[in-house]
Amino acid sequence: MKVRVKFSKYGPVKFVGHLDIMHYFQKAVRRAGIDIAYSEGFSPHQIMSFASPLSVGHTSEGEYFDMEVRSFTDEEDMLKKLGQVMVEGIDVLQVRILDKGEGNAMASVAAAAYLVAFSDKLSLPANWDKELISFYQQTHIEVVKKTKKGQKEIDLKESIYQLEVRGDTVYMLVDAGSGSNIKPEFVMETFFGQLGVMLPEYPFRIHRIETYKRREDGQLVPLIA
Amino acid sequence: MRKLALSDEILMKVEKPARYIGGEVNAVMKQKEQVQVRFAMCFPDVYEIGMSHLGIQILYDMLNQFEDVWCERVYSPWVDLDQVMRKENIPLFALESQDPIKEFDFLGITIQYEMCYTNILQVLDLSRIPLLSKERGEDDPIVIGGGPCTYNPEPISDFFDLFYIGEGETRYRSLLDLYKECKAQGLGRKEFLKKAADIPGMYVPSFYDVAYHADGTIKQRIPLEEGIPETIAKELVEDVTDTYYPHKPVVPFIKVTQDRVVLEIQRGCIRGCRFCQAGQLYRPVRERDAKMLKSCAVEMLKNTGHEEISLSSLSSSDYSQLPELLDFLIENCGRDKVNISLPSLRIDAFSLDVMNKVQDVKKSSLTFAPEAGSQRLRNVINKGLTEEVILEGARLAFEGGWKRVKLYFMLGLPMETKEDIEGIGDLCNKIAAVFYETVPKEKRTGRVQIVASTSFFVPKPFTPFQWAPQCTKEEFLDKAYFTRTNISSQLNQKSIKYNWHEADISVLEGVFARGDRRLNQVILKAYEMGCMYDAWSEYYKNDLWLSAFEQCGVDPAFYSARERGEDEIFPWDFLDCGVTKEFLLREWHHAKEEAVTPNCRKQCNHCGAARFKTGVCMEKRER
Ligand code: SF4
Repeated sequence: MKVRVKFSKYGPVKFVGHLDIMHYFQKAVRRAGIDIAYSEGFSPHQIMSFASPLSVGHTSEGEYFDMEVRSFTDEEDMLKKLGQVMVEGIDVLQVRILDKGEGNAMASVAAAAYLVAFSDKLSLPANWDKELISFYQQTHIEVVKKTKKGQKEIDLKESIYQLEVRGDTVYMLVDAGSGSNIKPEFVMETFFGQLGVMLPEYPFRIHRIETYKRREDGQLVPLIA
Repeated sequence: MRKLALSDEILMKVEKPARYIGGEVNAVMKQKEQVQVRFAMCFPDVYEIGMSHLGIQILYDMLNQFEDVWCERVYSPWVDLDQVMRKENIPLFALESQDPIKEFDFLGITIQYEMCYTNILQVLDLSRIPLLSKERGEDDPIVIGGGPCTYNPEPISDFFDLFYIGEGETRYRSLLDLYKECKAQGLGRKEFLKKAADIPGMYVPSFYDVAYHADGTIKQRIPLEEGIPETIAKELVEDVTDTYYPHKPVVPFIKVTQDRVVLEIQRGCIRGCRFCQAGQLYRPVRERDAKMLKSCAVEMLKNTGHEEISLSSLSSSDYSQLPELLDFLIENCGRDKVNISLPSLRIDAFSLDVMNKVQDVKKSSLTFAPEAGSQRLRNVINKGLTEEVILEGARLAFEGGWKRVKLYFMLGLPMETKEDIEGIGDLCNKIAAVFYETVPKEKRTGRVQIVASTSFFVPKPFTPFQWAPQCTKEEFLDKAYFTRTNISSQLNQKSIKYNWHEADISVLEGVFARGDRRLNQVILKAYEMGCMYDAWSEYYKNDLWLSAFEQCGVDPAFYSARERGEDEIFPWDFLDCGVTKEFLLREWHHAKEEAVTPNCRKQCNHCGAARFKTGVCMEKRER
C-alpha cells in the first residue's frame, strides 16, 4: 500500500539539505514505528520517494514524499505517530493513502507555487511592482537556462503560469516538472536583470507554498488533492 | 522558534550550515532561567567528528538528567566559518540555545588526541575567553578538561582552570554542587578551584610549579597552595552496568563519522599490549551486563531511528557475554533491517560465522591488526597474535567467500630491526598465497586484495614504552620506504596495496604526548601564527610548528627522540592511573627480553589496578 505524506519546513532546519531531509525521514519513520516496506537484496532500503527537492535556505509548506507500507492503521493514526517524532521546523501536515494507479510523488510533480520576499540589502526601484506586471505581460521572455548538459535557450514565459505582486512579496506559479523545473530565483533574477537592478548576495527569501500535479483534465491540483 | 546566532547570509555562505543550527532530534532544550548551572560541552574538532564521540554523549545525557543543569554542545567552527566569525566579530555559541559560550558557568573540553590542542585555543579565542587561565576573571566560565590526553595535561596546563582525571560519570555531581555552593556564598573563582582540588580526580594546574634539572628533566613538583594533594588518582566507574548510559542520543541532521547507535560493551582491556595507552588507562576491564546492553540497544534504536548499531570496546572478542548479545541483536535487528557492525573482533571461526550473518561478504573486508611484522617484535609489544592464527583466520575467511583483507602495522616500534619490517611484506605475501591455495581457480572472481597500512609509533605516557625513544621523521620515512620496496619485491605484490601515514604529525604528536609545561608557550605561539586543525593533514603546517619551537627556544627532540632514564621523573608521574610505575618498568624490561606477559584473564600480573576492587581483578581464575 502506498501512502503520501505532506510536510512543512521552516526556521533553522531550512539549512538542512534535501538529501539530509530524506535521511531525516528515513529515521523518523523508524522512530514512529511505521511498518514501511523494504527493497529486496543484501542491503535493503526503505521504499520512499520524495517529490521535488527544496534548495537549502528555502522554506516550505508544501513538501511531499511517498512510501510503501506493509501494514497500516489509518491516516489519522499515522499523522499522529509521525507528528510525535518530528523536530522543531518540520511538521507533518497530511497523510493520504494513494489510489492504485496513482503515479509516484516525484514523477507527478508538474508545478510549484512560491512566495518571494526581498532582503533589506536589495534596493527596490519605487515602481518595481508595475514593472513586474509589464515583465509578465511580455509575449515572450527569451532566456538562456543552464542545464546539466550546458546551456539552452528557452521562453521563460511558457514556464511561468502565474506571476503577481502580493504586498511586499511576489507570488509565482511555475513549472516544476523534473526536466523543465524553473527555480523561482531564476525568474526574479531575469526580472531584475531586465530592469537593470544590481542584486546583492542572497537577495531573496523563498517560500514554497504548494507542489502541484496535473489532473487528467489539465487542471493543476496539490499532490494531495 | 529558536533564533540562530548566525545570520542567514553567513549560513548560506559556509559549507554544511546544518553544523551550526542545533535543534537535532533528541537535542535537549531547557529554560535557562530554570537551571542553576549552564555547561557547554566541547569537542574541539569539526561537528561531524565531535558528534561521533560516545564519551560526550554519555556526559551530555548525564548532565541533562540533573534538573539544575543544562548541558549544551559546542564544536570547532570549520575553517570557513572561523574566518567569518573573526572578521565579523561574532562570539562562539552553543548549539542548543545559540547563546555565547562566555555566558556559561562551565566550558568542558574533551581532549581525545594531541593534535587538537590548537583547536582548544581556537574555541577559547572565538568564545572570547582569555587563553591563559591566569588571565581569566570572575565573568569567564570555568574551563575544565577531560579525556585521555589529560593523563599528561602538562603541555596544555596554562589553558585550563581544572582537569578531571578519569571517567566522567563519578564526580561531576559533587563538582557542580560545590560550584553552586560557592556561588551562593559569593566565593570567587580561586576559592572554588581551591575547594575543587579536594574532590578526588580534580587537578588544578595553577596550584603547582615545576623545577627542572640543568639537563632539562624534572627535578620536582612544587605545590603552591596549602593542603593540595601531591598525587591525583583517576576516577573510575566501579559498576559499569548500574550507571549512566544515554537512551536518547542526539541524531545529527548531516552525515557524521559515527552515524549509528553505539553500544559500549565493556571498558578497559585484558590484553596489555605494550604500545597501547588505552589498555593501561582504563584498567581493570569491566563488562556491562548483557541484559542492560540489550535493553539499551532496543531503546536507542527506537529513539534514534538509526539503521545501524555498532559494538564498541577495545577488544570485543574478549567480552564474555558476546554470543548471547549477538544472538539477541541478530534476531531483533534483522526484522527492522538494522545493520550490525562489529569492529575489533578477532578473526576466527566464531566471528566469521557471525559476520557471515550480518555483512555482505562480497563487499566487506576483514581486518587484522598484527601491529608488527615478525613474531619476535610481536613478543616485544606483547601482541598475542601469531602468524599461524592470522593465516588460519585468513584461510577460513577465504573459504567463506571474503577476498579483501586489511592489515594494520606500526613502524618505529622499540627494538625494531630490518628483519621485522621485512616480516610485513612476508606476511602479506603469505596471506595472498593462502588465498590461491584455498580458493580453486574456477571459483576466483578476481584477485585477492590485501591492503597493508602502517602508522608511525608514538610512545605514550602510562605505557611500558614511555621510556622509549621515538624515531625521527627521517627514520620513519626510511622505514616506510623500505616497507614499500620490500612489499613490491614479493611474489604476490600485485595483490598487495600499501598505505602509510604522515611522519611530521606523528613526531609532533610524540612531542605533545610526553611533553611538559614548557610546551604551553609553543602551542600558543603556533596558534598565534595560524596553526589550527592540525589533525587534518591538509591544514597541518609543519613549517610553522618548527618555527614556533625555534622562537620559544624549545627543542622538540628532547621530548621525542631521547631515551629516558629509568629513574627520571616524568611530567605525568603525579597522576595515578591505577597502574604503577614499577609494573610499567617491569613490562619495559620484559619487552627488552622479548618476553610475553599473559593477559589478565589468564593470570594477574599485579599491575596495581586491583585496588579498585572491580572488574577482571575480582574474577576467579582457573588454576
Ligand atoms: S591487577 Fe591484575 S587482573 Fe587487575 S588489571 Fe592489573 S594485571 Fe589485570
